[in-house]
Amino acid sequence: MPPRMLPEPTPETRHFWDGCKAGELRLQRCTECDGGSYFPPRPFCPYCGSRKVEVYPASGKGVLWSYVINHRPRPDMGTEPYAIAVVKLAEGPKMMTNIVGCPQTPQALPLDMAVTVTFAKQNDDISLPFFEPAKG
Amino acid sequence: MKPKTIAVVGAAETTRMGRIPDMSVIGLHADAALNALADCGLKPSDIDGVATAGASPVDLAHYLGITPTYADGTSVGGCSFMLHVRHAAAAINEGLCNTVLITHGESGRSRVGAGRFGGSASSLAGQFEMPYGPSGPPTMFTIPVLRYMKTYGVTEEDLAMVAVVQREWAAKNPHAVYRAPLTMEEYLAAPLVADPLSRYDCVPVVAGAQAIIVARPDRAPKGRPGVRVRAHRASYNYDNQEGDGLQTGISTFAAALWQEAGVRPDDIDVASIYDDYPTMVLAQANDLGLIPGNDLARFCRVTIGEKRFPVNTWGGMLSAGQPGGHAGGLNGISEAVLQLQHRAGERQVKDARLAVTTGYGMTMYRYGGTAAAAILERVE
Ligand SMILES: [Zn+2]
Repeated sequence: MPPRMLPEPTPETRHFWDGCKAGELRLQRCTECDGGSYFPPRPFCPYCGSRKVEVYPASGKGVLWSYVINHRPRPDMGTEPYAIAVVKLAEGPKMMTNIVGCPQTPQALPLDMAVTVTFAKQNDDISLPFFEPAKG
Repeated sequence: MKPKTIAVVGAAETTRMGRIPDMSVIGLHADAALNALADCGLKPSDIDGVATAGASPVDLAHYLGITPTYADGTSVGGCSFMLHVRHAAAAINEGLCNTVLITHGESGRSRVGAGRFGGSASSLAGQFEMPYGPSGPPTMFTIPVLRYMKTYGVTEEDLAMVAVVQREWAAKNPHAVYRAPLTMEEYLAAPLVADPLSRYDCVPVVAGAQAIIVARPDRAPKGRPGVRVRAHRASYNYDNQEGDGLQTGISTFAAALWQEAGVRPDDIDVASIYDDYPTMVLAQANDLGLIPGNDLARFCRVTIGEKRFPVNTWGGMLSAGQPGGHAGGLNGISEAVLQLQHRAGERQVKDARLAVTTGYGMTMYRYGGTAAAAILERVE
């Protein structure tokens, strides 16, 4: 099996991947307008253009917004079907991810299910943020 | 007629469609181009503008021996060709050129082993999408489908009507790759590709090309009705990928489109709606205002299911196939032109006078970021 496709951080996204390595989901928000949190990372606010933005640790909580279950797995992803999901974070932004810790079936993956982030180490530099069904 | 009127004066496809192992991609473009020129009685030397995506418009000019004063290589996925029409109209009105050839072609099989989907590992898609396993458009564009079904109360059986009825149209199109009837049972039993999508939700990739010629209406052959572009609108990155993917950029301009055209959704006789997946047909139709009360389920079961309103009358890409790579998008325009000229053979919609065509495409970060639509009108 070929090695999994992994991200190559850029200076503008380094804080995010460093956060994942440290077990923290980091978002950005503007300090000049009320636009709120945004994702993917960039060094300016997509709502007002201000460069005065800050990085902060997000709650890691969200809900399963939508997904497909890929029945033709990409060669680096193994041989079993897997869900490619979009999670809506409690802070507002949506992000793509995989859902782990449950069967990859429609029955186990109801929309709007509460999910929590978990980090999976891939190598010394990269940990991927996955989500699992929230406990309790 | 308004002084700035632009028309589609010629339309054609490759002599063959489907599997064409003996022709190169540029050869397919040229074959469709020569057929479109013959269709409206023009010669290559009459063309002074060239537009295409995938291939270079200048390579195409060279291959055809044309020396244009205008070239457009806008390449934003399935919407590219709708935009070529828009740009050609503006260029003609600005005096940059008079007669524009627009082509689209791909050798479906040549995509095997093509560059990796999703761009480099340091791009936004490479960092924030590809690590999670998308393997192509069916696993990327389609993520909102489940949300769509939940929000609008649409079932698999409803969505099936789009594919099943387009197959009925395809049976009347000699160039469609799938022409055998598709039953609801077959649709529902088909192998899953990206659950909830199965085989018949995804377009078959074929070899082939289409070409159209855009010019002033007086370039149309004598004795044949012209097809005037009555209104045209486009939208890019309309919600910065922060919406829910259930609407398209068409929602931003639909009111202006109808106003410019001076007609209403009720007036439309035939529609070509970009059908990369059944849900996208519904999203665009809804954004255009073709679905009263946003009742998508009824639109599927009654409006489409009972053929009260003809949509994608050549079978759509779902049945007729999509010349791969840069996605179709020109075939819907070609079909609308044929319908309005009353040259659509067995599948002709009686007395068709007004058509709406759309394009949708370019996966950005999660879903399609580009949309365009035009109202076309038969001119006697
Ligand atoms: Zn701001």
